[in-house]
Amino acid sequence: MKTKAKHLQVTIDRFDGESHYQTTHEVPTRDNQTVLDVVTWIQQHDDPTLSYRFACRVGMCGSCAMNINGEPKWSCRTHVNKVVDSGLKLTISPLRNMPILRDLSVDMTQFFDKWTQAVGYFVPTKTKDDPLPAILPDSRDRAKANQSIECINCGICYSACDVVAANDAYLGPAALNRAWTLMNDERDGGSKERLEAVSSDAGCHNCHSQHGCSTYCPNLLAPATSIAGLKRQTLLNVLPWGSRDD
Amino acid sequence: MMMKHRSHPLWKAFVVHRISGLALALFLPIHFIVLGLALEGAESLNSALRFSELPFVKAAEVFLVLLLAVHLLGGIRILILELTQLSWDQRALSRSAFGLSVAIAGIFLWSAV
Repeated sequence: MKTKAKHLQVTIDRFDGESHYQTTHEVPTRDNQTVLDVVTWIQQHDDPTLSYRFACRVGMCGSCAMNINGEPKWSCRTHVNKVVDSGLKLTISPLRNMPILRDLSVDMTQFFDKWTQAVGYFVPTKTKDDPLPAILPDSRDRAKANQSIECINCGICYSACDVVAANDAYLGPAALNRAWTLMNDERDGGSKERLEAVSSDAGCHNCHSQHGCSTYCPNLLAPATSIAGLKRQTLLNVLPWGSRDD
Repeated sequence: MMMKHRSHPLWKAFVVHRISGLALALFLPIHFIVLGLALEGAESLNSALRFSELPFVKAAEVFLVLLLAVHLLGGIRILILELTQLSWDQRALSRSAFGLSVAIAGIFLWSAV
């Protein structure tokens, strides 16, 4: 006798450019099913107008981030059986703190602009004609840079942050984490400009150490620790005897 | 709106720190008013101190000690995070701070009864 397949009860927060609404879908369960599989099934079989982003499907690009049962996660790396209970209910909504373009796709323009505001870009101190600096992998600064270098800009920390939700101008954990990585890059020459940027009104001192960023970072980075490093460095910078966080 | 993203210990530690801080800020003016009664003479201060012997005021004092301890130890945890490079487990620190605060309030309660 053939048993009836189980179905997920999926609710998706939608936006069509004018109004917000929800749609519900019944999706057949599969072994090893991810939330990205669910969203794709809905688009292919139930509602072709559903808008969402993905690219790599293996947790490298970060473009499929969304809120799953109220928590920001990569949908491609989130197995359904890890997030649904016996009721098989799944609620999917777009990332918080970013304007919604359509359905699950958000506008990340401001998110990336804040990286620039935080001087989250490399400022070279040498030309291509100079010899490459020798940086030992186990040097102190390299080890510190290592702690936060693997960010792939998925926006999950930004979505998890309640300070960003409360203060639209706050640079946010991703941009500040990037700034801290560059502060520990021996080759970089933008520290002064960067410290000024991150100690502005919208900078690192807004952080309330709620640790939503570190809790949800899928790459297991600790932006809250990076922000603490920036706070420490800005403090050392105004002290007459302190200039470097060594 | 689902708020599940707040269901982790360090967000709760933030809320406890914020609420205890606000509650202590509300208490401080009362504390200073009582101290200021000494300027009006011994009887004014003594009447306020007699009021503090009432059972429900004693119970409130235990809560006040809990607020003070939780705010002090929670503050030390944040200072460790922000002023040092010690990579201690913040979750374990926040749980320890809360547990120690309850113990301190418990000792105060035990000594008060």
